[in-house]
Amino acid sequence: MPATTFRIWRGDPTSAQFKEYTTDISEGMVVLDAVHQIQAENAPDLACRWNCKAGKCGSCSAEINGRPRLMCMTRMDELPPGETVTIEPMRAFPHVRDLVTDVSWNFGVKERIKRFRPRKPDAPDGTWRMQQTDVDRVQEFRKCIECFLCQDVCHVLRDHHKHEEFVGPRYLVHLAALEMHPLDTEERVREIRRAHGIGYCNITKCCTKVCPEHITITDNAIIPLKERVVDEFYDPLTRLLRVFKPRRGASKDG
Amino acid sequence: MSESAKLPLPQFRRLGQTSRRDAWWVQPAGVFAGLMAFIVYSTWAAHQGDHYWLASGGADYLSPFYSPEIFGSSPHSWFGEPPAWLMRVWPSFLPFSPAILILWAPGGFRLTCYYYRGAYYKAFWADPPSCAVGEPAFRRKRYRGEHSFPLILQNIHRYFLFIAIGFIFLLFYDAYRAFWFLGIDGRRGLGVGVGTIVLLINPILLSLYIFGCHTLRHIMGGKKDCISSCPKAMQGAYRGVTCLNRRHMLFAWLSLFWVGFADAYVRLCSMGLISDWRLL
Repeated sequence: MPATTFRIWRGDPTSAQFKEYTTDISEGMVVLDAVHQIQAENAPDLACRWNCKAGKCGSCSAEINGRPRLMCMTRMDELPPGETVTIEPMRAFPHVRDLVTDVSWNFGVKERIKRFRPRKPDAPDGTWRMQQTDVDRVQEFRKCIECFLCQDVCHVLRDHHKHEEFVGPRYLVHLAALEMHPLDTEERVREIRRAHGIGYCNITKCCTKVCPEHITITDNAIIPLKERVVDEFYDPLTRLLRVFKPRRGASKDG
Repeated sequence: MSESAKLPLPQFRRLGQTSRRDAWWVQPAGVFAGLMAFIVYSTWAAHQGDHYWLASGGADYLSPFYSPEIFGSSPHSWFGEPPAWLMRVWPSFLPFSPAILILWAPGGFRLTCYYYRGAYYKAFWADPPSCAVGEPAFRRKRYRGEHSFPLILQNIHRYFLFIAIGFIFLLFYDAYRAFWFLGIDGRRGLGVGVGTIVLLINPILLSLYIFGCHTLRHIMGGKKDCISSCPKAMQGAYRGVTCLNRRHMLFAWLSLFWVGFADAYVRLCSMGLISDWRLL
């Protein structure tokens, strides 16, 4: 592959603009390799967060040609040959410098979510028994590497700045993992509706499209949670049935 | 969430502003064109009130836009001609059509369907126009999503689902009737015309779409934390709905196209513009 030109967002929140760099691309390189090469050849002060280079740490999230992606998992030969490659920081979070954003808001959100509260152990030795089919469903959500690409592409955060009212797809996945867990007994549906703002999601499925772990965020996490909220608050028939069939205490399914 | 106030968030982008290089507008434009074409055609067809059944050649076809025909002039009508009380309350500017009495139900199901919601929010409201593409400025801070009125009404979807399931059975019954052709001896005999196939494919595609509904998946066990505690039949139903749900978008579009096509086929045959080929 010949030399390729990159437009990289440089600067801090007070002053930032695109700067162009040209570097040689060899076979098998990913965008993060190219960024490192640019750092080595032309821009030693280029700020970029990275760690594992294997798509598992979720550090090198950025927008490549306008699409939220992991730099370490975007192969150069996937991009249109001969065209300038644009690399920008994520747009749903405050910009710190160059390609680095402040994602600490996410950690604050996680602290507000009610923790896992298992039922009493099933066996005298303090262990539990679960069916594989029940575990498989929540296992998908545990693949999340917290790259926050889904948060970045979510228009509720990105274009409407609803950070105070909406937790974003990453934490709806986290909530789904807790809510659907066969051992968990905590009730979170009220918070999912109010404090976590699930109603703001309008199911555009952008989060699912950008997830590097291919978690079916919308269909398997968000919509099932929306349906649980409907059960609890918006469906008069279900509410009526609940009057005649009250929940039992041990587990949420009774 | 006070952390968000420490550093400023990036500036909003203008409508359509993006760094994406691909033709991001193709998908929303395709959805817009597809849905608009269906809305225009179905509205026109529903207001015709005529040419919605075929009896020539011994056939017994009814357009799916008009099924069930509660009141009407065709042999498929449940209660015959529209009663006087209905005609008194019927808007005078609108010619009577049996389709208008029933189309709110399948229309409501599609309108509140999770797949279509995501698709038409993008295509009709540019909310957002496409992933990672800027939105209209006027909506920036006023965005409410499905959190409050009017879009909170989308939560009525499950009631439309129950009605839509009833429609599937009625449409299968119409397909069954399409297998019986009137002979010269005045008795009905088994037969197959092109219209029979058209009217049979319609409820099959609708079933694949409706039985892959997200809400049905929830009802069939998704609401449980321990699906294994459900009866075996329900676990099987949950797996089946989940399987169809993976192709919900595909079946949503196929069934939408086919229901329009089935109406057009019956209409064109009824108007005498094409003939229904008898295969068997």
